[in-house]
Amino acid sequence: MNLSTEVIEKADKKKILRVAGEVDAYTAPELKANLNPLTEEEGVEVIVDLTDVSYIDSTGLGIFIGALKSAENHGATLRLTGLNERVKRLFTITGLDEVITIDDENTEEAK
Amino acid sequence: MAESKELLHDQYANILRAYLEEQSEQGLYYAQQFSKRVLEEQISPEEVVSLHLEVLEEFFPELPKGAHESFELLLEVMMGYGLAYREHQSLRDKTKELEAEINVAANMQQTFLPDEIPHVNGLDVGVLSVPASKMSGDYYHFVKDDHDCVGLAIADIIGKGIPAALCMSMIKYTMDSYPEQRLQPGALLENVNRVVEQNIASNMFITMMYGSYDSRSHQFNYAGAGHEPGFYYKAAEDTFEELHAKGIVLGIKRNTNYKEYQLTVDPGDFVVLLSDGVTECRTDDGFIEREAITRLIRTYQHLPAQEIVNHVFYELERAQGFQLRDDFTLIILRRNV
Repeated sequence: MNLSTEVIEKADKKKILRVAGEVDAYTAPELKANLNPLTEEEGVEVIVDLTDVSYIDSTGLGIFIGALKSAENHGATLRLTGLNERVKRLFTITGLDEVITIDDENTEEAK
Repeated sequence: MAESKELLHDQYANILRAYLEEQSEQGLYYAQQFSKRVLEEQISPEEVVSLHLEVLEEFFPELPKGAHESFELLLEVMMGYGLAYREHQSLRDKTKELEAEINVAANMQQTFLPDEIPHVNGLDVGVLSVPASKMSGDYYHFVKDDHDCVGLAIADIIGKGIPAALCMSMIKYTMDSYPEQRLQPGALLENVNRVVEQNIASNMFITMMYGSYDSRSHQFNYAGAGHEPGFYYKAAEDTFEELHAKGIVLGIKRNTNYKEYQLTVDPGDFVVLLSDGVTECRTDDGFIEREAITRLIRTYQHLPAQEIVNHVFYELERAQGFQLRDDFTLIILRRNV
C-alpha cells in the first residue's frame, strides 16, 4: 500500500498535485500533508490528478473534504481529475460530487 | 533488596560451581531457570555480567591478566542492552495499560448497540456487526413502536478505531433524543445531519441509511445520507435490485434535504442493509463484486435471516483470510407472511 505525490506548478496561481497509489487510512496522512498546504494560498487553483490512484477509502474522502474546506477558507479552489470508475462511484454514492468539483475527462493541463 | 541480591549471588555461585565441575544438561537447565528469575526481578544484563565476574573472582582469585579488564569492557557493552531492556519493560507495561483501557472502551461501545432484535410478527430480522479491530466505526439501531412499526438505521463513521467509536456516541445520543414515535426517515436524517455538522471535525463525516417498516401497510420508507447502497430482493421476480437513496453524507452541508423513497414489501421480499466493509472485501484476486454478495445471499436464502447474515459473514471473512480490513455490518429484514 504505497502512495506517492508530486507537485507541479503550472503557473503562478495553478498547482497540480499528481497522486499515485492507494489512499487509505495508512496513506491518508501523507496525502493530507502534501495537499493541504497547497490550498492555503489565496486565489490559487489546486488540481488533484488521480489518474494513477486505484483505490480510495472513506478516510481518503475525508482528506479531500478537509482540503476543500481549507481551500474555501483561504479563497482557493480545488478540483479533482482523472478518477477511475471505482473512485468516481465513491464520490457519487456519498453525494460528495455535489460539493467537490470533479472533471468528467482529464483536463489538458493535468496530462 | 540487598538480601535478595545476596541470595541471587549465592544461587548463581552454586549454579556456576556445579557447571564448572561437570558440563551437564542439568547445569544448562539451571542456568535457564536462573535467567527466568532475573527477568522476573527486573535485573539488567550488565548486573548479570557483573555478578558473573564477582563469582568468577571468588572462584579464581588469580584470574589471567586482562580478564578483569575485559569484563569491564563487556559491562560497558551490556549497558546499552540494559537501557533498551528497561525501555522495553516500561513500554510493555504501558501497552498493557492501554490495552486494558481500550477493552473498557470497547465494552462500553457495545452498549451503544441494541442488545436484542425487535420481534415483530411476520418479520424476520438478522443482524451481524463485527469490528475489524476492537473498536468499531459501524453503528446500527432498531426501534419498535406500539403499532409494530420498526425503524432501523445503519451508519458508517469515516475511518475506524477510536476516533470513529467516539463519534458513534454522538449518533447514538442524537437518535435516542427523538421521541419514541416514528420519525420520517428524511426528517430524521436532516435532524441528525444538523447535530453532526456542528460537532464533527472538518475531515470527518458519517454515512447513514434509515428506514422504517410499517407492518400494517407493509410499506418500507427510507432515506440515505451517502451510504453504501443495500439490496432489495423481490420474491415475485426473484431478483436483487440496488437499494440506493441519494443524499450527501452527514456533517458536510448544514441545511440538507434528504429525499424519501418508498417500497411496498410483498411476502418473501427482503431488504439488505450493509456497511462498506461488506462490499469492500478484498481478496487476493482484488475486490469482490457486489454481485458476489447477492450470489452468497441467494445461496443461503432458504435459511432464517440471522443465519443468512452469519453465513455471508463467514464466507467473506474466509475469502479475506480471516483478516477483516474494515468493520463489517450486515442487516436483513424479510417479510415472511
